[in-house]
Amino acid sequence: MKPGAIPTPMGQAQKEELLAIVARHRDQPGPLIEILHDVQRSLGCVPAEAVPLIAGALNLSRAEVHGVISFYHYFRSAPHGRRVLRLCRAEACQSMNGEALAKHAMQRLGVGFGETTADGAITLEAVYCLGLCACSPAAMIDEEVVGRMTPVRLDEMIARTNGKVTT
Amino acid sequence: MTVTVWVSRDAGALALGADKTAQKLLAAASAAGTAIKLRRNGSRGLYWLEPLVEVECAAGRIAYGPVSDRDVPGLLEKGLLIGTAHPLRLGPIEEHPWFTSQQRLTFARVGRIDPLDLDDYLTQGGFTGLRRALDIGPAATVKEVVESGLRGRGGAAFPTGIKWQTVLKQPAGQRYIACNADEGDSGTFSDRMLMEGDPFSVIEGMIIAGAAVGATRGYIYLRVEYPHALRVMTAAIAAARKAGYLGADVCGSGLAFDIDLRLGAGAYICGEETSMLESLEGRRGEIRVRPPLPAEKGLFGAPTVVNNVVTLATVPVVLAGGAAAYREFGQAKSRGTIPLQLAGNVLRGGLIERAFGITVRELLYDYGGGSASGRPIRAVQIGGPLGAYLPESQFDTPLEYEALAAIGAMLGHGGVVAFDDTVDMLAMAKYAMEFCAIESCGKCTPCRIGSVRGAEALSNIARGIEPESNLALVEELCDTMLQASLCGLGGMAPYPVLSAMKHFKEDFGKRTNGS
Repeated sequence: MKPGAIPTPMGQAQKEELLAIVARHRDQPGPLIEILHDVQRSLGCVPAEAVPLIAGALNLSRAEVHGVISFYHYFRSAPHGRRVLRLCRAEACQSMNGEALAKHAMQRLGVGFGETTADGAITLEAVYCLGLCACSPAAMIDEEVVGRMTPVRLDEMIARTNGKVTT
Repeated sequence: MTVTVWVSRDAGALALGADKTAQKLLAAASAAGTAIKLRRNGSRGLYWLEPLVEVECAAGRIAYGPVSDRDVPGLLEKGLLIGTAHPLRLGPIEEHPWFTSQQRLTFARVGRIDPLDLDDYLTQGGFTGLRRALDIGPAATVKEVVESGLRGRGGAAFPTGIKWQTVLKQPAGQRYIACNADEGDSGTFSDRMLMEGDPFSVIEGMIIAGAAVGATRGYIYLRVEYPHALRVMTAAIAAARKAGYLGADVCGSGLAFDIDLRLGAGAYICGEETSMLESLEGRRGEIRVRPPLPAEKGLFGAPTVVNNVVTLATVPVVLAGGAAAYREFGQAKSRGTIPLQLAGNVLRGGLIERAFGITVRELLYDYGGGSASGRPIRAVQIGGPLGAYLPESQFDTPLEYEALAAIGAMLGHGGVVAFDDTVDMLAMAKYAMEFCAIESCGKCTPCRIGSVRGAEALSNIARGIEPESNLALVEELCDTMLQASLCGLGGMAPYPVLSAMKHFKEDFGKRTNGS
């Protein structure tokens, strides 16, 4: 059980990639969030080391860049597991036993929300509405959506992802 | 002969296995040596029948559902492709009772067309509204929208035409159209369905808005939780640009308009319009104090029309058919139709577009068929996480703005979530405060601190710790949040809490089990 993998230091290639992303967006108005999305897509997260590089290139303070990253739930400073399991915890899913499903997921994976399994296979995330409220409870595994999720189907999904997950 | 078969690509249909069904259809048909043409549409909104398969045959477009991949071989063998009788056969879906009682204006094409086929869009009335708007000019276009009585479908219900008028009256200069596609309210999915099922209608609405108020640039702010909508919207924008509907010369009118899509990053507050503008500008989504209104000083400091997806997609309907025709629908100050989203613990959930005025009870039982669990429906929450909970005694309230406001509730974005009698309303009240605490932008104290203290107090009540004084504290906190918050998050989070306390008192009494 741990909050996520420890980020490896950025290599030269990654730094160059990051600067290329910044260069691609810097002439648009208000580009910071677009840049952060691309960085996270490319590097798997927005590492702390990226903050001064982005700030320098956009002529912002490090505090401003950090402030934006930390404001948004979606941006992360360490990479997630090989797959991300997002369980909806909003009202419609609660009305269909979503909370029991959430407890089951935590127990089955041996992690809490926002954490990654010890083998790095799965990160469990809470999400507040996937717009699948007519087939609650809903989940998203990476970008694959699942409606009417049950503990049994969740177990099958976890087994498919990695047979070695803590039981 | 090649038979055309439709299977939805809507995320809700995919979540119920539509892709597997589609793949099985292709494989099984190919193995049987039958040629089929698979087309992907949006969802008809009857989610309990998804995956829905529609077959074009002599008798029309015959629907079968729900069709799992396992049903496919048997169905094909029995004559699916010629529309043969089968327990899963529903007949033409537009003749289904759940469908015929609806009045689909904004959602007329959703489920009927391939969302990315521009020809489909054009043959089904697409861009008629835009042509008329270009024809009659900005002032007359704004007048049409004002006279239609259309109010913002995102939740605030502000008259759309008045907003446009304000922008039109601003001094000359850069103006923007900002489409709010940050559909974060639990129990709502109409924006998602439109973007996935008829994206050109959103684009057309934005172009009309741009032409009407003199804006040359539009932004769509889409939540990151909607990857399917992102793919469809991105492709639709590119297709519209290629066909000359977006760009330097829209449809040869000499007007320029283009659209940029930007992704949110998981902050609920960014559905609030000023917070969304901050986020579009690349900053923390902290709300702005009004005035100035976004219509005066919005995106990048310029006058900005901020409208929700459904509102913008309704604009072409208003322009094509005229304001008078649109006003015919609805009642009192709620004109037109509202796409209601029925969700949670109901047997038949989905999207119901109807003129304003249907009651909660009709929605829950006539459409919803009661609870999914078979137990009595005890409470419904209307309008997302900031909406009030209604007890059974209020189920005869019509779903329109003023009638709901009169009982201390709100329609919001039109989401209706049902709960059966196992619901713990104290837990729901506590959740409302916790959610507000998680999503508060932190700018104002009533919301930032009030929500945390509110959750603590409710948690104490659940543990049996000084329930009376804690209940009094919650009421006091709610009063402060209602009166003194800067925006609707802190200002409305008390609605679910107070309504739960008022209508479900028994859940807030002394507890012994500590749950």
